[in-house]
Amino acid sequence: MRTSFIETLVQVAERDPRVWLLTGDLGYSVLEKFSSKFPDRYLNAGVAEQNMVGVAAGLAMTGKVVFVYSIANFPTLRCLEQVRNDVCYHNLSVKIVAVGCGLAYGGHGYTHHGVEDLGVMSLLPHMTVMAPGDPVETRWATRTLVDKSGPGYLRLGKAGEPIVHQGEPTFEFGKAVQVVDGTQATLISTGGMLETAVRVANILAARRVSIRVLSMPTLRPFDAERVVVEAKRTGKIITLEEHGPGGLGTLVGECLAQAGLGVRFVPLRLQPEPTLCAGSQAYLCGRHGLSLERIVEVVESVAD
Amino acid sequence: MTTDTIKLAQTIRGHALRMIAKAKASHVGSCLSMADLLAVLYGSHLRVDPNNPRWPERDRLIVSKGHGAAILYAVLAERGFFPVADLITYSQDGSPLTGHVSHHVPGVELSTGSLGHGLPVGCGLALAHGRPHAPREEIVTRSVTSTVPRTFVIVSDGELDEGSNWEAILFAGHHKLDSLTALVDYNKIQSFGSVKDVLDLEPLTDKWRDFGWTVIAIDGHDHDAIQAALHADHAGKPKVILAHTIKGKGVAYMEDQLAWHYKSPDAKQLAEALAGLGCGQ
Repeated sequence: MRTSFIETLVQVAERDPRVWLLTGDLGYSVLEKFSSKFPDRYLNAGVAEQNMVGVAAGLAMTGKVVFVYSIANFPTLRCLEQVRNDVCYHNLSVKIVAVGCGLAYGGHGYTHHGVEDLGVMSLLPHMTVMAPGDPVETRWATRTLVDKSGPGYLRLGKAGEPIVHQGEPTFEFGKAVQVVDGTQATLISTGGMLETAVRVANILAARRVSIRVLSMPTLRPFDAERVVVEAKRTGKIITLEEHGPGGLGTLVGECLAQAGLGVRFVPLRLQPEPTLCAGSQAYLCGRHGLSLERIVEVVESVAD
Repeated sequence: MTTDTIKLAQTIRGHALRMIAKAKASHVGSCLSMADLLAVLYGSHLRVDPNNPRWPERDRLIVSKGHGAAILYAVLAERGFFPVADLITYSQDGSPLTGHVSHHVPGVELSTGSLGHGLPVGCGLALAHGRPHAPREEIVTRSVTSTVPRTFVIVSDGELDEGSNWEAILFAGHHKLDSLTALVDYNKIQSFGSVKDVLDLEPLTDKWRDFGWTVIAIDGHDHDAIQAALHADHAGKPKVILAHTIKGKGVAYMEDQLAWHYKSPDAKQLAEALAGLGCGQ
């Protein structure tokens, strides 16, 4: 996803001189693609995220579209008030890019786990929140954030995520995308869990259980309309995200409650307690009850 | 010119007192200490156009000590950004003149209130207006006669406790942002005590200088000194004006009194203050 992001940003910056990129001293072997081409629109702001976001706001006040890059919680939680006051209150085109979200930096420990970011960013005024599910969605989300004025948040994994979408599906801003058709239950995924969601559907298809899979690359604005349609169609909703409470599951739950739909609803997500041990992303997901086997089990029981 | 700005300073002190008294609001002492800085900036220094507040080539002023809103609104109204008659709605139900600085007021660049936000944003503005399309070593230095939009940020002394300011001070020095001027309203009293007792800033001149800034220390109530400091050349470096001020300046019973960070004057106290300033009631 990182690679798709930076390659797309370079392409966009070639034709759009408003595009700038700031980093909080991170992005080795990733950002050079941009910095070497546009040295006058690139800046390493140092390990100083509060200042970096303030600087980004100042640049954006003069009409620039400023991407701010760092990992996990550093461009969001560390400088949350700058994002809220300087960027969102003033409705400025500053786009926060966090790489390695979820448990991608598994072994690095809880300080590096971005597991509250979607909830926190979703609460902020004017904020567009995007969590693409594969490199194809990442390219679309990056272009979309440049086109949409105002604050944006782009949640990325690390590198090497597989391509899920074949070809270039038609994405619509603020709308869910159907990835797998099915009838017995709807599995809604956001971010890098998309591949897992498709694998779950494929495994269950072999057992003659028909699961519809939707990808939700945009969380703000939220496609509540589609959630209601799906709830009425399949009557069973499961959400899947590498994030704690406050993210996709919370948004879907609120939506179902407001619509007065008493459908079966199971949010699959991380536990809110800090992860205390080292481990790979897959291992730690398993500790949180999000192993492939466990997800298959839950989805199958809901669909039955 | 100085006579005009001195008169402007007294006028906006009067407005701020009336606004704060009517609203029973706080922070009057913080407003009065920076009245002279604002009067010189808006009265004779800033290139701004009240008829076109968003003019792209304008100078930018950020008041980072957002609790000093009343006196900023007062000087903007006197400068013609909006009617002086609106000032008395300050902090009243439904008024755009909120108790901390709001960018929904004509002429205001940045909403502030939480401290430590203005200087980083000022760095971004200065970078946008001043960054050369060349490596840092080749920065084209500018003087005060330049037509590049300039950025000014007023920060309080207590506000310098915030780490974000020191990130910005390091950044501006490193990038030689010489279209940026910071002004410290150094009135020596912060929210719950004297600056010296809470977190001593001294030696403050040395700190800024060591971070790569041109430092000028002045009496922040001396209009000639403020003018001279604003005009002082700082090519190749950002500039900071350490303006030694008195909290509550201009109202004898408020001067150097922590209590006037919170209290608002009653009718009798207001009348006494206005009379002392030579302002109408």
